[in-house]
Amino acid sequence: MLEIKNLHVSIGDRKILDGLTLTVHDGEVAAIMGPNGTGKSTLSYVVSGREGYDVTQGEVLLNGENILGLAPHERAAKGVFLAFQYPVEIPGVATMTFLKAALNSQRRARGEDELQTPDFMKRVNEAAARLGVVKDMLRRPLNCGFSGGEKKRMEILQMALLEPRLCILDETDSGLDIDALRVVSEGVNALRAKDRGFLVITHYQRLLDYIKPDTVHVMAKGRILRSGGPELALELESSGYKDYIGEAA
Amino acid sequence: MSDTATSATADLKTAFDAMKDAGARPLRQSAWDAFSREGLPNRRVEAWHYTDLRAALCAVAPLRAAGPATPALARERESCRFVVLDGAFRPDLSDVSALPYGVSVLSLREALACGEAEILAALAGDAEDPTLALNAALMQDGAVLRVSPGCVLERPLEFANFISGGAARSVFTRSLVILGAGARATLLESFTPLERSGSQENHALVMVLGDGAKLDHVATIAPQSEDAVRVVSLLATLGENSALNSFCLVEGGGLLRRQIFATLSGVNADVSFNGASLLRGRDHADTTLVIRHESPGGKSREFFRHIVDESATGVFQGKVSVAPLAQKTDGAMQSKSLLLSDGASMNNKPELEIFADDVVCGHGATCGRLDADQLFYLEARGVPKPRAEALLIEGFANEALERVKDEATRDALAARVAAWLRMREAL
Repeated sequence: MLEIKNLHVSIGDRKILDGLTLTVHDGEVAAIMGPNGTGKSTLSYVVSGREGYDVTQGEVLLNGENILGLAPHERAAKGVFLAFQYPVEIPGVATMTFLKAALNSQRRARGEDELQTPDFMKRVNEAAARLGVVKDMLRRPLNCGFSGGEKKRMEILQMALLEPRLCILDETDSGLDIDALRVVSEGVNALRAKDRGFLVITHYQRLLDYIKPDTVHVMAKGRILRSGGPELALELESSGYKDYIGEAA
Repeated sequence: MSDTATSATADLKTAFDAMKDAGARPLRQSAWDAFSREGLPNRRVEAWHYTDLRAALCAVAPLRAAGPATPALARERESCRFVVLDGAFRPDLSDVSALPYGVSVLSLREALACGEAEILAALAGDAEDPTLALNAALMQDGAVLRVSPGCVLERPLEFANFISGGAARSVFTRSLVILGAGARATLLESFTPLERSGSQENHALVMVLGDGAKLDHVATIAPQSEDAVRVVSLLATLGENSALNSFCLVEGGGLLRRQIFATLSGVNADVSFNGASLLRGRDHADTTLVIRHESPGGKSREFFRHIVDESATGVFQGKVSVAPLAQKTDGAMQSKSLLLSDGASMNNKPELEIFADDVVCGHGATCGRLDADQLFYLEARGVPKPRAEALLIEGFANEALERVKDEATRDALAARVAAWLRMREAL
């Protein structure tokens, strides 16, 4: 489903990704772990299409198609979903207006009929009930006045609603207490499916206690240095990243 | 004075000579004298620093005869409407035969002819501004409304100003609404060209709120042609425990100066002035307000959002002055601008003038572009960039629209914002 081949990315003169290669199969949950400043967030932005990054070499294939030339909204319509580390607040934009615009833009791009309001409301309310998103949150402007946990729950609600093929979770555990972490993880686990891949980016093993990965990749200095099974995450938790920082330097 | 300024003054003098015997001669004469001392304001006049009216009005359009006999007038919503067309109050086009209980209406001409002292004093106002003085000297017509004390009106009242197209004309209107003690009403005010023209309009609305009266006011200023020059003034005087919540949507078009002069004369008076302006092309829209707290316990809120695209220019000047007596005043002013192109510009000038020592007053003014993080967030969810920009711009305007209490009115305003944005998306 997702194949990243020899990806080199710079911001200005600074090289951030340095020949990163990674594959995530259908139905797989791949975890990427690594110290701060290794380009984990850059990877998530480059895959989802944010401006400001120079891709100097390499490919990002989604189901065999190179998506690097596509605008962010086109990638979203093809099934890329980024759950943000820091979901932005957008005052004045009602959450429901935003959700409907997102869902129907994607449907239009795929040549599907737009959802009418009753059908749309039904889907939102069902997803909200599952994720413990209270009605009051849906009535507020997008992410405004939400706690850290509420913002992350809203991200997962969007994920449930948009039914992406590839979900990228960028440090979804940051700023969450244990209860919120559990709710968010349960939301993610409920979305695991054989035609959906996950790229879970995190510092800590803790999130992976809740979202069990199939594969774990260690990233440092802009590339994947080691790949393995879930046991690799446990090993990192005890030994830290110091070996990898040294290795890459 | 330059030749063009001399010629403009001579043309205005001709207009004054035509109007001076149309009632309230002393009021007109003293207003004309006040205007003549300063002439049309230019940038050397501090309150007009960002808007050069003298340069814009180098050729004064004539007063013309009243417009068409049976025009087709759009109606946005259910109201008790009073129509002023090309500067003439038109009872035949107004809902004068079905006035709500407790409401009386006269045309300005009738009111001036009656010469009732209370009305004349209210109409004169006490704000000092050359364009307001000119308005008082040349006022052609308008509507004078009185709402009896204690009267609570369900149906909104509406002052609808229409201007015909065709050759440019000058129009001077002055209207008055007096709310008796404890009265409650909603007043809609609209300025709409029937066809766009280079009109030169000077409109003034005077509001007098009795003790405990409450008024919700929503004004809309529709787009006019690029060579139009419009001054729209609001004068409000608030009695004890009265409250005014006012909103104005400005859709640009030529040069527009909207000015507000509010005096909180009774204790615990409460005003809220809000607005959104949508500017593009070579629009120039100036919102200038002067809020005077004269009694203790007053509260004032100003909340403005300016959306400036292409080569348009926005101006916001807000002055809050607190008299020595006006202890416990609570004032907050906020003006935010969104610049959508490199050629767009905004001038913000908030000002506080405080002579009392126990007050809370603050102001904030910002000027920025669309937020890249917000834009990417929307795009990453599948919203194409032009639509994502429109959502953010709409959201920015909504922050001001949210201050309008009535949902139907708010929806109608939001629809106008959306229509303005569709033109942008279509480009």
